[in-house]
Amino acid sequence: MNPLMLKRWNPYVVGLLIGVLSWATFLTMDKALGTSTTMVHLSGLATRAVAPEHFAANAYYAKEITPKNPFFDWQFFLVLALPLGAYAAKRLAGDREVERVPGLWAHRFGPSTLKRHAAAFVGGAVLLYGARMAGGCTSGHGISGGLQLAVSSWTFFMAMFASGVATAFLLFGKEGRRHV
Amino acid sequence: MFDTGYPIATGVLTGLFFGFVLQKAQVTRYRTILGQFLFTDFTVLKVMLTAIVTGGIGILTMHQLGWVSLHVKSAVLAANAAGGLIFGVGMALAGYCPGTGAAALGDGSRHALFAVLGMVVGAGLYAETFPYLQENLLKWGSYGKVTLADLLGLSPWLVLLGLAAAAGFVFALVRRWEHRKSQAAHTGTERARPLPAH
Repeated sequence: MNPLMLKRWNPYVVGLLIGVLSWATFLTMDKALGTSTTMVHLSGLATRAVAPEHFAANAYYAKEITPKNPFFDWQFFLVLALPLGAYAAKRLAGDREVERVPGLWAHRFGPSTLKRHAAAFVGGAVLLYGARMAGGCTSGHGISGGLQLAVSSWTFFMAMFASGVATAFLLFGKEGRRHV
Repeated sequence: MFDTGYPIATGVLTGLFFGFVLQKAQVTRYRTILGQFLFTDFTVLKVMLTAIVTGGIGILTMHQLGWVSLHVKSAVLAANAAGGLIFGVGMALAGYCPGTGAAALGDGSRHALFAVLGMVVGAGLYAETFPYLQENLLKWGSYGKVTLADLLGLSPWLVLLGLAAAAGFVFALVRRWEHRKSQAAHTGTERARPLPAH
């Protein structure tokens, strides 16, 4: 069978491919894989549209959005293409699953989409705040920094994993393990 | 405002490939991420540790050949640790990280859209508070672009080897646990029990 049509690949194979992808980004672009800076570019675009003077006065936007890293840079297009790649992978496997409220969440917090959307929104805001404070996310720190043996990245990785586990158990408890 | 053609093209290609393989590992699914945090599914660790070891071998080789330069992020230990702790809370709540969240938009996850919108807002909040953090948190425990090899005074190859061995150990433990779980599923019991003695 054509492997592209399989619904799920061995996670070790995917890890290997992501490792090889990181070689390519270092070689071709002199850059490490990352995604969370793009969220800064997006919020910068929005801030600039609403309050251009406030945007211009902000030290963080001045640091992150530069002539070398303009609004629509390499990573911006990478993030833009992520859903397209995922969509292609899903369609090739003939998978049409649409997820509104995940089973585990519904088991604990009920079937309300509003509640789930609110939690996803808050979670997204919290995690990106943390990523920017730490200087990267699961890809920039976790994978790219981890493979370069960076002290910053391993500190982040350990902290985020411990806190993710603690939060998940606080939210869903041991009981939740049977409903994932 | 825009990069020129080459970074756009390589950015799109990288994103397509990355999104494709993330979906094939199913890490674009809420249940896979939460399953890792609740220790019922080890896909996330398998993907990440394999990527780190594979990536590390190639990057270190190419770096020593002078083909690539490294991009080690500065260690600001207080910010790295605090940021990581905050990130974990958000990730367990959202069920995604930035990369998998963006990819999940193409994988049929409706709530991922709200997670990504939240991420943009979180980035804005950080930009607003950055001037204050810059004066304190972002100065604590600052050691520059150090690696574990620098810290330990060892060859990076040795550190990478240790890391590969640690990853191998984790994978072996996971494999044993998965084997016991599938046996338990066959016999219909909650946990694998030793066979009765004859």
